[in-house]
Amino acid sequence: MTFRQGFAHNRGALAGLAVLIGVVVLAAAAPVLFPFDPWDSRGAPLLPPGGAFAFGTDMLGRDVIAGIFHGARVSLFIGVVSTLFAVALGVVIGAVSGYFGGAVDDVLMRFTELFQTVPSFVLAVLLVAILTPGLASIVLAIAVVTWPPVARLARSEFLTLRHREFVEAAVLSGVSTPRIILVELLPNALTPIVIMASLMVATAILTESALSFLGLGDPNHISWGYMIGAARAVFRQAWWLSVFPGLAIFLTVLAINLVGEGLTDALNPHLRRRGATP
Amino acid sequence: MSFIGKPLAASIVAATLAAGISGAAAQSPQRGGVLNSTLWPEPPGIVIGINLNAPTLLPSSKMFEGLLTYDFRMAPQPMLAESWEVSPDGLTYTFKLRRNATWHDGKPFTADDVVFSVGEFIPATHARSKPTFERVKASAPDPHTVVMRLSEPYAPLIRSFDALSAPMVPAHVYRGTDFRANPANQSPVGTGPFKFKEWRKGEYIHLVRNDAYWQAGRPYLDAIYYRFIPDSASRALALESGQVQLATQTDIEFVDVARLGKLPNLKVTTQGWEWNSTISWIEMNIRRKPFDDPRFRRAVLHALDREFIRTNLFFGLAKVPTGPIHSSSPYYDADVPRYPYDPAKAAALLDEMGLKPGPDGVRARVKLMGLPYGELWNRLSEYIRQSLGKVGVAVTLEATDVAGWGNRFANWDYDMTTTFLSTLSDPALGVARTYITANQRKGVLFTNTSGYSNPRVDELFAKAAGTSDDAQRKAMYSEMQKIVAGEAAIAWLVEIDWPTIHDARLRDAVVNAFGPNDNFAGAWLAK
Repeated sequence: MTFRQGFAHNRGALAGLAVLIGVVVLAAAAPVLFPFDPWDSRGAPLLPPGGAFAFGTDMLGRDVIAGIFHGARVSLFIGVVSTLFAVALGVVIGAVSGYFGGAVDDVLMRFTELFQTVPSFVLAVLLVAILTPGLASIVLAIAVVTWPPVARLARSEFLTLRHREFVEAAVLSGVSTPRIILVELLPNALTPIVIMASLMVATAILTESALSFLGLGDPNHISWGYMIGAARAVFRQAWWLSVFPGLAIFLTVLAINLVGEGLTDALNPHLRRRGATP
Repeated sequence: MSFIGKPLAASIVAATLAAGISGAAAQSPQRGGVLNSTLWPEPPGIVIGINLNAPTLLPSSKMFEGLLTYDFRMAPQPMLAESWEVSPDGLTYTFKLRRNATWHDGKPFTADDVVFSVGEFIPATHARSKPTFERVKASAPDPHTVVMRLSEPYAPLIRSFDALSAPMVPAHVYRGTDFRANPANQSPVGTGPFKFKEWRKGEYIHLVRNDAYWQAGRPYLDAIYYRFIPDSASRALALESGQVQLATQTDIEFVDVARLGKLPNLKVTTQGWEWNSTISWIEMNIRRKPFDDPRFRRAVLHALDREFIRTNLFFGLAKVPTGPIHSSSPYYDADVPRYPYDPAKAAALLDEMGLKPGPDGVRARVKLMGLPYGELWNRLSEYIRQSLGKVGVAVTLEATDVAGWGNRFANWDYDMTTTFLSTLSDPALGVARTYITANQRKGVLFTNTSGYSNPRVDELFAKAAGTSDDAQRKAMYSEMQKIVAGEAAIAWLVEIDWPTIHDARLRDAVVNAFGPNDNFAGAWLAK
């Protein structure tokens, strides 16, 4: 069974993929559909949804739907970029640790555990507060708190693959160590890492939202978490300010999780149960 | 009521009318009842002087009193002094004291206590009043008379005898001790209508009626509890449900004040903070370009719709200021250069400066370090960024925490920042500090941090402080206001009308310029 069939068999994954594509289109279309600064006042403050403003306006008369569209860009950017950094860091540390073992493994795993024992959100808050809130510091903070599980996963994959015959054959035929790690081992270890990474994107989006909610977002870029944080003071007067960005986060995170599950089904032969029944 | 936003104004007018009607039915105060008030954050101490935080003042002002108090126009009224006289040369102040006032421990209040308070206690503890009372030499010719002498006239002195600026403390308790380590700080001894009973950390401060109070029959309340409720939504709920009957200043989010004001069991007033007279402004670092050019600062004012800020950010609990002196001050002059919302004029001023828009429409790039005091201030920063952006001034917001903000602001390490400051009872006390050259003190907050300097303004402030003739002072302050407003030393945004929200059954709580910081001798609860 091909990857596509395996994925397509999971209806949830298809629905998730559809929503996710929708969010990407949202982000891409933002400058076309709402070709203005989402921070600008566009009408009277606190207009309820409907009329000229589909999702209403906030306390400064800013268009909520424009904020949702433009905010999608920030959420996706942070989700993807911080995950890339976290995966790169985690894979390097996990690969080195798993391949060489021994003292190297011990040192790197103790280092990883150091990060795992600190509550990750608290560490992220601390990092952003110290580095002053901005897109770069948020990406960095999320990457720093999310790489350890990737490192452990990569390590365990490398540990099991390390003593397989094809690796030993490569060692005996004199292939260089970096080449063995990159060309022989990495492609074989990648499947679970890709699955994990897909789910990490969702976590990163949630973390960014939580940081923005606490006022630690980038004050120059509108994001969904910021919109909810700014709306909480007026929740009893204007429900739409919290509900629409909340729904956007909920749907996006759900969609990414469904896609992640679909990837698991499609890529992991041991779990391909749904795919096995005709 | 003209200064309150429209939606709120209607409800307040309605509430006032209702109060007038029900007040007519039950005019005379009733004895008894317990008042619960919110207090947040929990204060570090409850003796004015030892501590000066806003939450210290609220309970402390019920236990301690000044020689005088002040009405809504800051005119002096008798308190522990039943009468007073200022010599024509402005150098000698003679106070006749109440003969029946006693301390909470039963000892009589005498002239010796006054001499000790203004001569030793206040200069040693009270950071804000220290410079005022260091000028004073007090003596007690008899136990009920105090004479204070100055070497040169100092006009703000007569507005410095309230309980918050100059609380009277017992000489027999404090004299010869380490004031800050005195055990009486934990269990204060004052002359006020309420006595200290208990402070349960994390829960409440409990004050009880002083049965031996010098005003016969007063106070009317049996006790006051100041309850610490950490979350503003919970405080609003406690008011709504009647668990507490009083909240003020920043206790309730401004957006919620309008909502609470519409409830039949609650009332909102913006009176009672005249002593404080808070103005919020954008300070621009005049040491840096382009802020050194008054045309740029004028352009900033023209680019901002302060009426929008007043209505939508402060929810009507604000007025648009015209210059450095608060409109409730007797020295306020409205006849100064004004800066109405006019983006075209702002653009013209920037053009005139030679700041032409580049290909991306940007004339200048500046940074705004917004006051990190919560959502309202974040919205304000965002609004300023968008408004200045429209006239070609690209603003980048700098996020900071409270300590970082204070540190950078005090050390002149900023382009623009938002802030608010109390302008106090007299321009010499609360206004001069922001504008006079001598008060450019690097590292000290709430000084002349912008770097504004004008020799004529310095001269006017100095002369006005040393002049006892009120008409002359007024003329000097008028000239000062015209110059400072004309140069747009600072971009004044709003005068903040701190709200006091109270239960409709609580009567006569806000009776003078101190509102919730008054001693509450006359406050009562209708049954």
